Amino acid sequence: MNLRPDPTFHASAKLAMEAPIETYGFTVMLSPDGSQPDGIAVVDLDPKSKTYGEIVHQVIVPNKGDEFHHFGWNACSSSLSPLTGHAFLERRYLIVPGIRSSRVYVIDVKEPLEAKIHKIIEPEEIFAKTGYSRPHTIHCGPEGIYVSTLGGGGEDGTDGPPGIFIMDCETFDVIGRYEMDRGPQDKHYDFWWNLPQDYMVSSEWGLPPQFENGVVPEDLLSNKYGHSIHFWDLRARKNVQTIDFGENYQMALEIRPAHDPTKSYGFCGVVVDTTNLQGAIFTWWRDDDGTWKAKKVITIDPRPEKPENLPPLLQGFEAVPPLVTDIDLSLDDKYLYVACWGLGEMHQYDVSDPMNPKLVGKVEVGGIAKGTAHPNGKPFVYGPQMVEVSRDGKRVYWTNSLYSTWDDQFYPDDEGGQMVMAHNDEKGFRLAEDFYIDFPKGYRSHQIRLEGGDCSTDSFCYPNV
Amino acid sequence: MEELSVAALWWAVIASGLYHGLNPGMGWPLAVSAALMERKTSALPKALGLLALGHFLSMLAILLPFSLMITLVEYESEIRIGAGVIVVAMGGYLLINRRHPRFLARVHPARLALWSFLAALAHGAGLMLVPIYLGICAIAPEDTGHLAAQSLMQNDLGVAVAVAGLHTLAMTGAGAVIAVFIYLWLGLKFLSKTWFNLDLVWALSLVLVGLFGIWSAVTH
Repeated sequence: MNLRPDPTFHASAKLAMEAPIETYGFTVMLSPDGSQPDGIAVVDLDPKSKTYGEIVHQVIVPNKGDEFHHFGWNACSSSLSPLTGHAFLERRYLIVPGIRSSRVYVIDVKEPLEAKIHKIIEPEEIFAKTGYSRPHTIHCGPEGIYVSTLGGGGEDGTDGPPGIFIMDCETFDVIGRYEMDRGPQDKHYDFWWNLPQDYMVSSEWGLPPQFENGVVPEDLLSNKYGHSIHFWDLRARKNVQTIDFGENYQMALEIRPAHDPTKSYGFCGVVVDTTNLQGAIFTWWRDDDGTWKAKKVITIDPRPEKPENLPPLLQGFEAVPPLVTDIDLSLDDKYLYVACWGLGEMHQYDVSDPMNPKLVGKVEVGGIAKGTAHPNGKPFVYGPQMVEVSRDGKRVYWTNSLYSTWDDQFYPDDEGGQMVMAHNDEKGFRLAEDFYIDFPKGYRSHQIRLEGGDCSTDSFCYPNV
Repeated sequence: MEELSVAALWWAVIASGLYHGLNPGMGWPLAVSAALMERKTSALPKALGLLALGHFLSMLAILLPFSLMITLVEYESEIRIGAGVIVVAMGGYLLINRRHPRFLARVHPARLALWSFLAALAHGAGLMLVPIYLGICAIAPEDTGHLAAQSLMQNDLGVAVAVAGLHTLAMTGAGAVIAVFIYLWLGLKFLSKTWFNLDLVWALSLVLVGLFGIWSAVTH
């Protein structure tokens, strides 16, 4: 416990943008075949450092086959909420779930170069206390650490719906389920919220049998993956509304609310429209009558391609779908970054008017049947995937792996893990030639977290003034 | 001598009010947040008023049972010692259990009066007043022995309301000064700078006030 709030807690997004810039990043190291244990790479992000752009430390866990995917902080700017009284926590621990093992690691990164495992929560504890499995997205919030899960009980995770569970943010004890009334929600993926307005939004990927061994083409073509988002009364833990985008909008994944809590809108990325292979972004907002609405505001077309250049899964379509697998919104709510994992493109949209986004920047690297090299000449396998934006909005980092079995289906001949960075300044949105991390052999890369918080971790309790 | 003591105790009511008001845990950041969210200055006094209402009711909820009990004049010192022990115990509990009550985080951000009521209860803010209040009751009625129980009770009820009211006024004033300064001039950056962890000091204050209650009962 500190005597003063952690200096990385910011009352508003604007103050977070003005804070000192990140000097370390933390990135998932994934052993796709489980032959080695997974880990977290500590990356030097300080341009003045001799080891800039290198992995300077690794926390390798003792178990194999966890499949690290998403992770998050034990505490963030939301701790400054005047309601919670958590202002004296430290942003110190990364909560890293294994999506395949349901094991959760708590990693102490107070000294990034000496980061180490603080606690391991075994899957049995999570199963027993929550009835959920396959933990995924982490957010720190009013009642502690919230963890979304993709599976329910039982061997294949289909015994009951998945949901969110809560962990104590100091002892890391698993407390129990979040939901009091889940309404029609029966699949899960991402979630985020607006703390002063007291609402939460959650999204859907698919159930464990639909993703663990790869995408199931029959399920995709019969529109059985998730296509709804759910609105919740955050503190009453009740579903208040569900919006179905339409069953062809398969895999409604990342939820990105505006960071300024006076705003009542946000975005959701949809991986693929099964009627035309487009990727899509929906804007959701609260209408004057208090009900939630959603509208498709961005579509990204597929690119025609000869079947012989395509993986077997896509040969029948003779096209490369964009595959919108991740999106991230800058802290000033101005730019939305959209990863088109199939096309091998990272798009930058100006979303100052959230109902009329404008494509203002684009970077090409990787991609199905294209494999655009990095400007430094080195390869970038797969396509742009997990994207993270620096607090000041000037640096955009991303990695390339989506999920072990899906990488192998969409990019059967590729192997490797890269992390790159793009500048966003007066010279435009462009890849940095001097920042390119090739992960150690046998490891792929996934989500990135930035020291002191980033655009997809922190939620703020005060407006930008 | 006795008049001086009464005056000192009333000042203690005001001082504890100022102390509670300065503590961010009693709600001034909520008032800043409410005004900023609604984008209008008038939301600030409104929020402070709701926080004050909750705090006042919480003080009364703690003081009223004691004001009823104190009519049992023959047990007066036992009641005062008992109250002192409760306050010390609450302080001790907060010293050992340094964790924040999670249920406060579950209150809807717009229900400021409810939040303030529960926050004051959970932190033992009302208990901190009990020994002071009992001290005033013990000294103030000059001819306690001659008064009928009925009028004594009314008198003590009046004192309880006055103690809670004066305390709340002082608390709201102190909180309002910080909230207004941050809202109008200093800005949000100052919010996290002025936010001090008073948990330890708060718990020790409860222990001290409780010990004072016991001491004054024993020496009375």
